[in-house]
Amino acid sequence: MSLIYNEEQRMLLDTAQEFFAERSPVSALRALRDGGNAQGFETALWNEMTELGWTAIPFPESLGGLEFGYKGMGAVFEAAGRQLSASPLLSSIVLCGSILEQGGSEAQQNEWLSALIAGSKRLALAVDEGARHNPEQISLSATRTDNGFELNGDKVMVVDGLGSDGWIVAARTLESPASATVKASATGKEGISLFIVPAGTQGVCVTRQSLIDSRNTARLSLKQVELAPDCLIGELDQGKALLDAALDRGRVCIAAELQGACEQLFQTTLDYLRTRVQFDAPIGSFQALQHRAAWAFVELELARSSLMAALHAIDSNDEQAPQLVSLAKWKVGQMADRISNEAVQMHGGIGVTDELDVGLYFKRIRVLQALLGDSDYHLSRAAPTVDAA
Amino acid sequence: MSSLETFRTQTRAWLEANCPASLRGPAAAGELVWGGSRIEFDNEDQRLWFERMRDRNWFCPAWPEAYGGGGLAPEEVAVLEQELKRLRCRPPQINLGIWMLGPVLLEYGTEEQKQRLLTPMTRGEVRWCQGFSEPNAGSDLANIRTTARDQGDHFVVDGSKIWTSYGDQSDWMYALVRTDNSGSKQAGISLLVLDMHAEGVQARPIDLISGKSSFCEVFFDSVKVSKDNLIGPLNGGWTLAKKLLQHERSAMSKFGEFSLPTHFDLMAILRDYLPVAKTASEVVLEARAQACALDEQAYNLTVQRMGEAARAGQDVGGIASIMKLVHTEQEKTKFEILVDAMGHRALGWDGDEFSSQELAISKAWLMSYTQTIAGGSSEVQLNVIAKRVLQLPDASKGGAK
Ligand SMILES: Cc1cc2nc3c(=O)[nH]c(=O)nc-3n(C[C@H](O)[C@H](O)[C@H](O)COP(=O)(O)OP(=O)(O)OC[C@H]3O[C@@H](n4cnc5c(N)ncnc54)[C@H](O)[C@@H]3O)c2cc1C
Repeated sequence: MSLIYNEEQRMLLDTAQEFFAERSPVSALRALRDGGNAQGFETALWNEMTELGWTAIPFPESLGGLEFGYKGMGAVFEAAGRQLSASPLLSSIVLCGSILEQGGSEAQQNEWLSALIAGSKRLALAVDEGARHNPEQISLSATRTDNGFELNGDKVMVVDGLGSDGWIVAARTLESPASATVKASATGKEGISLFIVPAGTQGVCVTRQSLIDSRNTARLSLKQVELAPDCLIGELDQGKALLDAALDRGRVCIAAELQGACEQLFQTTLDYLRTRVQFDAPIGSFQALQHRAAWAFVELELARSSLMAALHAIDSNDEQAPQLVSLAKWKVGQMADRISNEAVQMHGGIGVTDELDVGLYFKRIRVLQALLGDSDYHLSRAAPTVDAA
Repeated sequence: MSSLETFRTQTRAWLEANCPASLRGPAAAGELVWGGSRIEFDNEDQRLWFERMRDRNWFCPAWPEAYGGGGLAPEEVAVLEQELKRLRCRPPQINLGIWMLGPVLLEYGTEEQKQRLLTPMTRGEVRWCQGFSEPNAGSDLANIRTTARDQGDHFVVDGSKIWTSYGDQSDWMYALVRTDNSGSKQAGISLLVLDMHAEGVQARPIDLISGKSSFCEVFFDSVKVSKDNLIGPLNGGWTLAKKLLQHERSAMSKFGEFSLPTHFDLMAILRDYLPVAKTASEVVLEARAQACALDEQAYNLTVQRMGEAARAGQDVGGIASIMKLVHTEQEKTKFEILVDAMGHRALGWDGDEFSSQELAISKAWLMSYTQTIAGGSSEVQLNVIAKRVLQLPDASKGGAK
């Protein structure tokens, strides 16, 4: 196992850090927000990221990729996290790209994957339906019709779902509209199919879910949406494995973004502890704060190890990958809650103002924590159970 | 095959052939072998394993061959450790000298001292104890008062030490002594090694909350120590002591890796006492246990990452400083959960009413409280992280009130 970045990955990390610091510092997010930009990212920045080849990192050369792996992706996400830089890398490349790479037909790959890598099109993944992430409980339905499929239902928390060229929608396949009975078990892995729904398809309604992080999040309502048979990705009813693999790639990238954001936020907080003077002393000399800062550092280190193990597991196709990804999302999430809380508290009054960037970090961190499963979700998924025997 | 892979194959084969099956897996309390002049083996397997590892020079695999070490490169030591862990081999012997004093001697000892002190260590012939703490010098270690007076060709040591682990069973002690009172507390300290069998040395065990123990109070009454037992410069002991404490903390952070008697598999034991979590509080208990198990996994990955980073030439000072703190605090949490899950079954002291595992867990739980104090308390570790790693300002200099 390798839990550190190698030379090439380190170089990518450095390049990405310089790039985001210069091209998309936190002030860029503030400007997007204040300008009311619903797309949630800057198209010019996305084009530059594409030109740098970052959209090709995880894919095999045969599909126009760089085969640089998820350690490489992790490095870019970490760097983006540090500056809260906004882009559709997660939605279009990691989540939808993975599904098309692993399950898309040649035609789908030609039409969509190349365009995603080139940045000329983008897709967003629609999975969640309830208040909390739970891909085991999908009820948006896909019913077979004479001409293909009919989809009905709602999706929420669709990352970058506004203005995308289409969506990949996870649906539960039903036998026929008449019976409306669920084909396989109502929950679990059975009976899930994935569909590409191109933008502009009749019956699709997209609404913005304006979240605290000012990014692009959408609700997708599908009413009697007719899809041609070639919109199905992979085999009918066999979509869950594809979906899970893509979700795990997404989760590990979210963990990397969180790690980067938290490391930066922690540095900012340490700077404040060293410089803010009260009672004629820098507040960082107070032991109560020192010990809490030291614990925060401990958590950062433990989270970092879990993150690296998960990135490595994805790259080496380790069968333990799902467990390690959930360990990472759990540990990083816990750390992120702690660091974001402490950052706000240790800044005192100024910490709860909009003027300071600390609040922007806090809000983005909390959205990432919830995205594709919060710590509680991943605790259950990662942990050994008592009755496992 | 790379030479490292060859080394792995050979090491694995040798361990398979030479580590007796009965010594794989966790040891029960009292089943560990302590090297030293009064070494005792419970059975033939223990003796064989001890002698085979000794003759292979693998008590100290990383040390130079000149002093009886294995002369292995860092990558090879890592492979050996992985293979030992893979087979769950128990340590062939435990010897504090190897973990703590040895590395300091390698760095600061004279050639004569290395020959005389290290070689018997690598052969498991001398048992060492640490004489640092005193009644008024715990966290504030520089406050020690035990003195060594210069008498020309030797020192005379007077005073006392406390919490000396295995003071009553050890052959030699490495001790911090005061050799000067004129300057700062730190500037008048020297590191001495002394013979525990010498005249004027007396060790008395102290009972702990976990029962009888080998933690001792040690008294020195005009003990003669020859000058060649001064390690490093006179009055230069503080620097060596800090180094030695780092080695101690790193050894303590690895206790979980050895198949020590205090190692219990949380989820496996929980299964026996809480097979199905039904009530809300049982579900909460189970979730606490799961979080604890995952934290242990994150810790083990951090140990691994630190090793890789060190071998890649990166600075691991920051990570190293958290290890002892994290490991000992995690152990304490783990025992708290076990005790909560086991109810009164974890509260037994002795007798037939409780199984031997239950009694062992009770003892190990009580002992877990010593680990967050020994070797620098958790609070002291947090101070070290805050000041040295995070570079937060000093209270005294900042004038905090
Ligand atoms: C099982 C065991 C084995 C040991 N073995 C040895 C041994 O072999 N050789 C040896 O020399 N010593 C040994 N020790 C001693 C150990 O190093 C000391 O107990 C330890 O350094 C703490 O000192 P103290 O007990 O005097 O506690 P104190 O220093 O009095 O501490 C009391 C409390 O105050 C806190 N505290 C102290 N200073 C600070 C500070 N600056 N900031 C915040 N909190 C602070 C501590 O964390 C602790 O909670 C052993 C101890 C134990 C428990």
